[in-house]
Amino acid sequence: MKMMSYREAIREAMMEEMARDENVVLIGEDVGCYGGCFTVSSGLIDRFGTRQVIETPVSEEGLVGVAVGAAIMGMRPVVEVMYGDFSTLASDPLLNHAAKTHFMSAGAQSVPLVYRTPMGSGTGAAAQHTQSLETLFTNTPGLHVVFPSTPCDAKGLMKCAIRSNNPVVFLEHKNYGQMGLVPDDEYLIEIGKADIKRIGEDVTIITYGRMLDTVTQAARVLEDDEVSVEIVDLRSLRPLDTRTILDSVIKTKRALIVHEAPLFGGFSGEIAATIASDSKAFSSLMKPVVRLGGREMPIPFNKHLEAAMIPQVEDIVKAATSLFG
Amino acid sequence: MESTSPVAILTLMIRSRTFERKIEQLFRTHKMHGTTHLAIGQEAVHAGVALGIDSSDWIVTTHRCHGHTLAKGSSVEAMIGEFFGDKRGLSKGLGGSMHLIDLKHHNAGSSAVVGSSVALATGMALQLQRSGSDNLVVAFFGDGASNRGVVHESMNMASIWSLPVLFLAEHNEYGMSSSAKKMVSVDSIADRGSSYSIKSESIDGNDVELVLSKVRDAARYIREEKRPFLLETRTYRFSGHSKSDKLLYRSREEEAEWAKKDPIGRYSQILVDRGEITYDQIAEIEQSESENIDTIVASYLEDHQELTLEESMEYVYHDEVSL
Repeated sequence: MKMMSYREAIREAMMEEMARDENVVLIGEDVGCYGGCFTVSSGLIDRFGTRQVIETPVSEEGLVGVAVGAAIMGMRPVVEVMYGDFSTLASDPLLNHAAKTHFMSAGAQSVPLVYRTPMGSGTGAAAQHTQSLETLFTNTPGLHVVFPSTPCDAKGLMKCAIRSNNPVVFLEHKNYGQMGLVPDDEYLIEIGKADIKRIGEDVTIITYGRMLDTVTQAARVLEDDEVSVEIVDLRSLRPLDTRTILDSVIKTKRALIVHEAPLFGGFSGEIAATIASDSKAFSSLMKPVVRLGGREMPIPFNKHLEAAMIPQVEDIVKAATSLFG
Repeated sequence: MESTSPVAILTLMIRSRTFERKIEQLFRTHKMHGTTHLAIGQEAVHAGVALGIDSSDWIVTTHRCHGHTLAKGSSVEAMIGEFFGDKRGLSKGLGGSMHLIDLKHHNAGSSAVVGSSVALATGMALQLQRSGSDNLVVAFFGDGASNRGVVHESMNMASIWSLPVLFLAEHNEYGMSSSAKKMVSVDSIADRGSSYSIKSESIDGNDVELVLSKVRDAARYIREEKRPFLLETRTYRFSGHSKSDKLLYRSREEEAEWAKKDPIGRYSQILVDRGEITYDQIAEIEQSESENIDTIVASYLEDHQELTLEESMEYVYHDEVSL
């Protein structure tokens, strides 16, 4: 095992796949010598040249559409869009085209594309650069949607996403410097498999992306209060590993769901419904499912307001505690 | 690719016209479900483009895609099957009239989000260029779609990367009910080429031999100069936008003026004058094309076969690679 950052893990996955297959091509704005907005692609252009690292004009809709067209012809593009918020611009090629091409051609065409983009707050970049828009994609059959939380998961999922013959929306959190252990040997992490990041007995907390860190801190606090927390890190939102969620809830009999996006219409609703629709999981619940998410507001610029509008460690501790007694 | 003899070209245009008239009737009488977008009057563009490029060159079309698809070589049977939602259709009844795709004939499919397909075509050209292919991609779009931002983004990218794209503006005067005179900032869409350093030309799209020759020139330019090209073809949609169009936005006088420039009528006259064919022989072609389509339609009406919902769901995702 070796220590590396979330950023380095994604970069290493891309490098390994680009070296393995010259049809794996990074496409995006400023992904060359600048290294991409969050320097994830630093050094790739030096190693792979402009044949495998294609810098584009500021044309999010166009460049993602171009990547879809290239993918139809055999390229395996990894498209970087510098902020997840700009997915609104890329939504036509992704939702109307990439997601439907295999179906509408009755399997004659496929779109082996990875759409990489960072989501979430904590950067002081205000309301148009900090949203968590995962539900823009999760209700569209034809797409896979993954949101790794750790360097290890990011690397394994990225390699799998690149090898997938389906379009994969690969959401990144912005704590790119987060360090973690990554295996030395090559490995893949299958899309659609959740991971139990912490084994516990008393309450299941289901989360994904950057919130895993906050939830883990909360679990340590709860442990001091002799509450044993099981953490289910979804890693993949579509397909969703419902089995792992249900098994954990059936075991602990209590469920708390945490994400950064606003609650209303948020992905936690899908998870809560998954639990409520399963008679064994539902009947095992000691208390109704609790959800925590961002406030129903655009993300403020002000540092303290920005931090306060998403679930905090104490919010999670309080919500988990409310499931007892 | 089919022969480019004058009689073959005329036959192709007649097939397209006959096909569209039959389809119009089938939708009108509710024998076909959904909606359809006819391109009656634009046959010279479709024939000229499809015959002016190599059979291994690609086309990416629009919601108004019957003519392009026929001209590129697809079978009438497979197209009509698709319109009936039959599993013997081009995409097993999952795409329908606006989404005709036929990879065997290098038709990469159509987007019904007008203009979006231009980016797909540009991306296809990028991969063709990377793989050292000599082929080009024709990106069809209409005057309405010419105003989409993504069309402009695509032209810019095709220019900076010198991609083998033939941007084919099929200017038929109307985007749905909206006149290009009111909606497009330039008299000729070809004028927009200079904004992207893309060479361009505007031509009479109802003169099939002119379209054929200009498309050949453009294709040669794209291959030799390794630059994209923008060709505007001026034509007219005799049919309405879709099956529910009452044509309230244009005058009968205007339609009559364009009717005089009907590409099939004009070409028929030219070939008769040249002694290549007689009107009787043209009538025989029309009769034969009509009977052929009637036979195909009758067979689908008699024996309809469709995918089950479960079978259709098999196409949502490509099989995953095994780990």
